[in-house]
Amino acid sequence: MAEMTYLQAISDGLRVEMRRDKRVFVIGEDVGVYGGAFKVTLGFQEEFGSWRVIDAPLSETAIVGSCTGAAIMGMRPVAEMQFADFISCAWDQLVTVAAKQRYRAGTPVPIVVRLPSGGGFSGGPFHSQNPESSFAHIAGLKIVCPATPEDAKGLLITAIEDPNPVLYFEHKHLYRRLKADVPEERYTIPFGKARVHREGDDVTVVTWGAMVHTADEAAKELEGDGVSVEILDLRTLIPWDRKAVLESAEKTSKVLVLHEDTRTGGFGGEIAATIGEEAFEHLDAPIMRIAAPDTPVPFSPPLEKAFIPQVEDVVKGLKELAEY
Amino acid sequence: MATTEAVDVVMPQMGVSVSEGTITKWLKQVGEEIEADESLLEISTDKVDTEVPSPASGVVTQILVQEGETVDVGTKLAVIGGEAGAEAEAPAAEPQAEAPEEVAQPAETPAVEPAAAPKPTPAAATTPAEAQQNGKSFVSPVVARIASEHGVDVSSVPGTGRGGRVTKKDILNFVESGAPAAPPQEEAPAAAPEPAPEPAPAPAAEPAPAPAAEAPPKPPPAPAPEPVAATAGEQLEPMNAMRRGIAEHMRRSLDTAAHVTSAIEVDMSRVVEIRNKLKPEYQKTYGVNPTYLIFVARAVVETLKKYPWVNGEIRGEQIVTRPWVNVGFAVELADGKGLIVPVVKHAEGLNLLGMAQAVTDIADRARNKKLTPDEVQGGTFTITNPGGYGTFHGTPVISQPQAAILGTYALVKRPWVVQDSFGKDVIAIRPIMNLTLTYDHRLVDGALAGRFLKDLKEALETWDEVAY
Repeated sequence: MAEMTYLQAISDGLRVEMRRDKRVFVIGEDVGVYGGAFKVTLGFQEEFGSWRVIDAPLSETAIVGSCTGAAIMGMRPVAEMQFADFISCAWDQLVTVAAKQRYRAGTPVPIVVRLPSGGGFSGGPFHSQNPESSFAHIAGLKIVCPATPEDAKGLLITAIEDPNPVLYFEHKHLYRRLKADVPEERYTIPFGKARVHREGDDVTVVTWGAMVHTADEAAKELEGDGVSVEILDLRTLIPWDRKAVLESAEKTSKVLVLHEDTRTGGFGGEIAATIGEEAFEHLDAPIMRIAAPDTPVPFSPPLEKAFIPQVEDVVKGLKELAEY
Repeated sequence: MATTEAVDVVMPQMGVSVSEGTITKWLKQVGEEIEADESLLEISTDKVDTEVPSPASGVVTQILVQEGETVDVGTKLAVIGGEAGAEAEAPAAEPQAEAPEEVAQPAETPAVEPAAAPKPTPAAATTPAEAQQNGKSFVSPVVARIASEHGVDVSSVPGTGRGGRVTKKDILNFVESGAPAAPPQEEAPAAAPEPAPEPAPAPAAEPAPAPAAEAPPKPPPAPAPEPVAATAGEQLEPMNAMRRGIAEHMRRSLDTAAHVTSAIEVDMSRVVEIRNKLKPEYQKTYGVNPTYLIFVARAVVETLKKYPWVNGEIRGEQIVTRPWVNVGFAVELADGKGLIVPVVKHAEGLNLLGMAQAVTDIADRARNKKLTPDEVQGGTFTITNPGGYGTFHGTPVISQPQAAILGTYALVKRPWVVQDSFGKDVIAIRPIMNLTLTYDHRLVDGALAGRFLKDLKEALETWDEVAY
């Protein structure tokens, strides 16, 4: 075990795979000489050379397109978007080509696109989004949203191994704030297995990414009130762990679905609907959603605070459910 | 056009706090045609009387609840259309109207089902639908399922959820405590079933007991309602929905709030003078009467701006305050048999004339039961005016979940010590009104109430025509 930040754990996972598997290479804007916008690949070019750590032109389309081509030819590319927001430029390559290639032509496209996402630092509307649900809607893509350093490393390695295009949403707010023991050796964490972040009996929170920690703080606040909160960290949205969610919903009978992405069309709606369909007879309260409002992410710190679900919002929602 | 699927008509939710309603009149009978949105029946709740429109077009095939009966929100009242209807119609055959191809139909319907019998109500007394009939409020899916599995009558389970709702924990505790299954319920309930005795609903604020904590002693399942007997000379009269609503609310308020009353005497000379001046114009031009109550209400709204807690509420562990004032006015019904509290919303935006118009309108409609459900909800402060009969003091009960209620009493000319222009005390004749503030001491302390009343008194005694 070694203590690593969330960011170091991502670097470590990538490094481990690049050392192990010569097919793995990194491509993105400023990932080489500069070490990446957030320094995830700092020192990589020195270790692996400029043919495996490629500085790309400012074209997300070209980055994802070349990754798709390389993957079809047998490589294991890992692309970096400087910000997840910029993935929209590569929508066509990702959605029309990479996601459908296996279905259309039978050739797998094992690419990973790393997406620094999320707000909380006044990055404004172009540098703070959580676009995971847009891609969760596209058949053929997998969606990963780690919440802890240990998961960040293990899920990245699983993503690189996976024969499908994987979108790896790493939360910028967690980069240097989270620090925890991470195994030094190589390990994988399976997709579609939720992690019980906290066990409880009264209310279940289903969430992922940075909101896991928001939910955790809220749950601690409610301990004093005798409300016992269970937190499920989904870890991956596609595939997502329906079984774990339904089991927890059946146990507590009250569910709060929490995400940082905006509300309408957010992945929380899918989860809530599934619980409604599959666990209706186990519910003791309406399924509640807490999410960002349907607006762009504001720059202004007070507005951004009002936008992103805060601990007090979650406390309020949980109390409401507990008292229902 | 007419529905072929059976469509249920249920007792509608006429406001958040309304849990039941009484059928006052069926406007259509079984076998009659009805259009969607045409009025099907009239109901009376503790808040409003209203007509219930039909959810579908078709024939009224079943009426399940008779006039005069009181049932919970969500209870099935009637059925529009559906198979039962086709069968029910069959006996009343209109031979010439029948199209030839339909003649074959009766042969296809299984002969075993007696045509006249309407669809039976679900058999077991413990199905969710049945259990709900006596339950105080909403039965969640999980509670319904557990009740059904264990043969428990939900209404006999003490509820700790919002509004006394029976939660999953409540029913699991009840089942674990080995409470016997509910006895089979009688079929036709009596016209006015006495509500099963139930514990005072826990305030929503009360934190749920820790799961493993000792459960409170379980009361035995609700006994069958005791027959109400009158001794010679007594007369019995069923409580209507409003009376039961008032009874429940008043008891709950006293169980919830720590009631304290403070009173103050107000010299209304200036208000009397201004009122006499305004009255002809108000009556002639606007058709409203600037009553003393209007002046008091206007001054109350202005004063409440400085006392957000008096206009506030305790909600759970939180104190709620708001920048608006929704004033409720206690109004006696035209028949003298009930009381309703219509609310003037956003009274902070009304001047004296606006207040007079709003109160006149809402009070008229309240007396004649023409309010909409929305108009009796959302109050943040209430004014009651029993002074019309000459009473000079009282201790009203707070309308939950508000923090206070103001009482206004008779305006009486009294000898009053004032100072003359030389600063000497003299006795003058002054119109004096007593005002009481009954407040919830959990939130409002005596000193705060005192300051509120002092400011209110000053506002009335130094009435500022321009500002108000």
